[in-house]
Amino acid sequence: MSVMQDRLSPDQDEFYSTLIAAHEGLSSEESQAMNARLILLMANRIGDLGVLSDIIEAARGYN
Amino acid sequence: MAYDYQPYPYVAPPGLKETEPRHAVAIVGAGPIGLAMAIDLALRGIKSVVLDDNNVVSVGSRAICWSKRTLEIFDRLGVGDQMMEKGVTWKIGRQFHGDEHVFTFDLLPEEGHLYPAFINLQQYYVEEYLVDRAREFPDLIDIRFLNKVLNHDDRGDHVVLTVETPDGEYALEAEWYIACDGAGSATRERMGLSFEGQTFEEQFLIADIKMEQSPFGDEKVPERWFWFDPPFHSGKSALLHMQPDNVYRIDLQLDVDADGKEEAREENVIPRIKAIVGDKPFELDWVSVYKFRCIKLDRFVHNRVLFVGDSAHVVSPFGARGGNGGIQDVDNLGWKLAAVLQGNADDRLIETYNEERSHGSAENILNSSRATNFMTPKTPIEALFRSEALKLAKDQPFAQKMLNSGRLSLPCSLEGMALQTPGAAQIAPGRALVDAPLSGDAGDTWLLHEVQGDFTLVGFGDVMLPDVPGIRRIGINTRAEYPCFTAKHNHAMRRYGSPKAYLFRPDAHVCAVFDMPTKEEIIHARARALGAELEEAE
Repeated sequence: MSVMQDRLSPDQDEFYSTLIAAHEGLSSEESQAMNARLILLMANRIGDLGVLSDIIEAARGYN
Repeated sequence: MAYDYQPYPYVAPPGLKETEPRHAVAIVGAGPIGLAMAIDLALRGIKSVVLDDNNVVSVGSRAICWSKRTLEIFDRLGVGDQMMEKGVTWKIGRQFHGDEHVFTFDLLPEEGHLYPAFINLQQYYVEEYLVDRAREFPDLIDIRFLNKVLNHDDRGDHVVLTVETPDGEYALEAEWYIACDGAGSATRERMGLSFEGQTFEEQFLIADIKMEQSPFGDEKVPERWFWFDPPFHSGKSALLHMQPDNVYRIDLQLDVDADGKEEAREENVIPRIKAIVGDKPFELDWVSVYKFRCIKLDRFVHNRVLFVGDSAHVVSPFGARGGNGGIQDVDNLGWKLAAVLQGNADDRLIETYNEERSHGSAENILNSSRATNFMTPKTPIEALFRSEALKLAKDQPFAQKMLNSGRLSLPCSLEGMALQTPGAAQIAPGRALVDAPLSGDAGDTWLLHEVQGDFTLVGFGDVMLPDVPGIRRIGINTRAEYPCFTAKHNHAMRRYGSPKAYLFRPDAHVCAVFDMPTKEEIIHARARALGAELEEAE
């Protein structure tokens, strides 16, 4: 499993609370849909297929 | 109880017999904040009368974690050594998820500071040291135990207090009234000031236990252990922290609808603690059940009534921002009030206490709310994000930093606020002093000891400091007509950069920086720090 460089610090708390706030008031289906949109938007922002494959593989690795 | 409570004597106040001359300052509440306030003012030659409805130090388990900045302020007040001697210095924090150890943080990544990031010390010891210290100023500090303030009336340029004692009531006048009467402030209630904010539904069981054997394995290394979803307390959080005298603090999150009274009963508490510490023998020292709130007053300054500490703001305990925030309030207000009373500034300077500490308190509330939110997920999606963050935290550094069981209190920055002269430097104007070891003709010392208390101009490296009356000057790694020191291990030079001059306020926040300061620039920066450029009050 690849260990990735920390690029969020020192803003991790700000990000986390923004993310949680974005889910406020959504049903669990709506939250799931929101997460799917987020992933697609973030993928487009990253835009590098090699990096995206690594991330997908890393995320699978924690099951 | 582990602590031997000695009541302080009540002495009948003169006001019972005849009208007392108007006092400069009345401090209501002799907790750590009120006492620190009195000592801070006394060190500046300002007299105060301290009124408290009680006559013993804090009962039970309250503030325990004192941060580096607080210890530095206590050093200036004269109790830093005592606190270090008695306190437990810890630096390792371990976080667990279930029965797995996920992440360890080390609070002391850097050498060359007099005080550690944190010590743990029960509030009753801190109050005892502060009472003893306050009594070293018999001409300046008049502490009156069993003097309960029943009422106060702001008359514009002074406040009239009605005080109840065992011998009856009396009236007392003071130019300034400082409310250090805690989270349940009677002063605030009398004034009908709104005190609303986020209240967390979850309840927490707080217990102090006395236990001879260490739960951490190696007794020489005190640690802080925090569990998300521990095996012994499913679905909740737990905290274990060490205090002096082999006393340990345990925080356990309870169900939202738990019956607090029932949970606090000894027969219900003991099995919960045994589940954490196992078969090691222990005694219960203190138990209570709390709900946490994150609230601040809109304004800390109401004409002649000033709110300091918990009376002005309360936070959840995660991140140790309650008592530590209050001590920074004291540090911010003391020199300003003294400057006003001594005629070196006008009332507008007091308004900047409101501006600067409101900002500090909002920062503390933001951080402690985030920690409490992370610890107590409210919805399934929050719980999901947290549990996945915990999984990733096993090896992903970004996720390790995301785990939030309290972001430890750092000194508040006043960057960009009115009293600071804008400028660029490694330690920007507004930030608090960063300590560093020095050596001089009289031996080893610390930057903190040379800077705190008065306006001080410090030159790092090859920069000449002009002589301005009333401003202390010191040079580092240079030779000059004023006291000069060598930066040990070059820490001071690395932290501040050189050549550079820094002007520190009496509370050791940087208020101006210079490459080559002129006398006029320094006079101007000090005047600005004393409020000379603030707009006229409305």
